[in-house]
Order: sequence, then structure tokens, then C-alpha cells
Amino acid sequence: MSITESAPIVPSFEDGDTGRKLAIICSKGNLDMAYPALVLANAALGEGVETHLFFTFWGFDMINKKTMGDLKFTMLGNTATHLPQGLGGLPGMTAMATHQLKKSIDELGIPEVPEFLQQIVDSGGHLWACRMSADMQHLQPDDLYDEVEAIISAADFIEKSAGAQLLFI
Amino acid sequence: MPTTTIDGHLIHVNDEGFMTDPDEWSEPLAKTLAAGIGIDLTDEHWKAIRFLRDDFAQEGETATLRRISVIGGIPTKSLFQLFPQKPAKKLAYVAGLPKPHGCV
Repeated sequence: MSITESAPIVPSFEDGDTGRKLAIICSKGNLDMAYPALVLANAALGEGVETHLFFTFWGFDMINKKTMGDLKFTMLGNTATHLPQGLGGLPGMTAMATHQLKKSIDELGIPEVPEFLQQIVDSGGHLWACRMSADMQHLQPDDLYDEVEAIISAADFIEKSAGAQLLFI
Repeated sequence: MPTTTIDGHLIHVNDEGFMTDPDEWSEPLAKTLAAGIGIDLTDEHWKAIRFLRDDFAQEGETATLRRISVIGGIPTKSLFQLFPQKPAKKLAYVAGLPKPHGCV
């Protein structure tokens, strides 16, 4: 059945400040645990949602210049690979698993972590580093990815994420 | 499938208003679609629209923002300036194509 509307059908892009806000706490430094936050942050920004990423504990590996391009994936402790756990402990297995995962991600046209963070920043996303983690790891702002806006305290983060939907990864 | 008339052009659209037949699209129509969502098309907009149209013709699906920046050479920042807030959807709408399905 065909319906002809008299008024033009124009999508509602809900322009203007919708007030929707998303804050994602990135607490893991494994390659496979870095991507969920990056993919969701990117999607939220594409929908016009104000997005903040807060890196804490092992999540610091995602913004530490020394490690951000070299996150790893291991089979150990991950039963979802459906392979014997003993295999994961063999020399070279983590390197191989990492290589395989990176290859799969690349085949989908999805960028590596540093480039993905840049894309998020270019889309208007905000990156924040956790004060306590920086102190524990003796890291200064210069040690962190240049696009990280500041090292902030937990209280600062609570303030910045007021009214936001919150994801802990 | 509903049809709608925009500035004298009768087009097939989905429930949201996105065009469902890329062949019904034309450049004058794009101008009208853009104006309807508050965008005045400049050369920069056209560059993005033409890339999206050509890429769709080749790939059979709408490019994501990532693809537009990497393959189309239009920086992400520019896309957010040209098509504010929801660049991928707005660009697809103006180009008469479906919303992109890819996640990144």
C-alpha cells in the first residue's frame, strides 16, 4: 500500500542541545577491552552525544604513549577462545593471539588504539586521565597521549559527568 | 512504502524520511533536502556528497564517517562542521542514501 503524505516527510535529527551525555570509565589495558569503549564513544559522538572518556588503573595503558600502540590480547583466563587454557601459557601465544585480533580488527577497517582516540577527539570527544593512577605509575602529562585534556581527580570526574549515562569497562 | 513530495519532487522514502531509491535523487533535490534540515550546501558539502554517492554506487552500502575520512579524504573534524551533530545520518539523508550500517 502506498501512502502519499501531503506534508513532506523529513527525518527528525533532534538538533540542538539534547542534554544527553555519556561518560565511559576505561579501566582495562587489554587490547580486547579497549575497543568496546572506543567503538561506543565513537558511535555516541556520531549521534551528537557529549562524550567523556576517563582512563583509570590499567586503562592508562590506552593513553600512555609507551603502551597505547602495543596493547595485547591473551587467551589466558579467557574461556571464550574455546581453546585449552594451557595453550595460552606457551611462549609466543599472547603475541600470536594479539596479532590475530589486530588483523581481524584491521580487516573491518577499524583503526588501532592511538588513531581511534584521535578520531574520537576529532569528533568532539573528551579524554581525561585519573590522578591516582598517574601518581601510582609516576606519570606526567607529557607521558600521556597529547589529546588527553588533563589529569583529574575522582571528584573532578564526578563533577564533569554530572547527569551523564555512565559505563564502566 | 510512503512517498513524499519535496519541492515538487515525488520521492519514495522510509518511515523516517530517508530516500529508498537512489535513482530518484538529483543535485537540485539535494539542495532542497539540505535546506529542509538547515544546511546551505557549499563546495565542501558537495565534495562529501559526491564521495558518498560514488562510494555507494561501487560498494552498495553507505560509507561510515571513518570511511569518508580515510578513503574520501575529508577530515572527521570537517564532517562534524559541515553536518553538525549527526554527520553520518545527515550526509546520507542529503545524498539520498540509507543510513550507514557499519559501527565504525
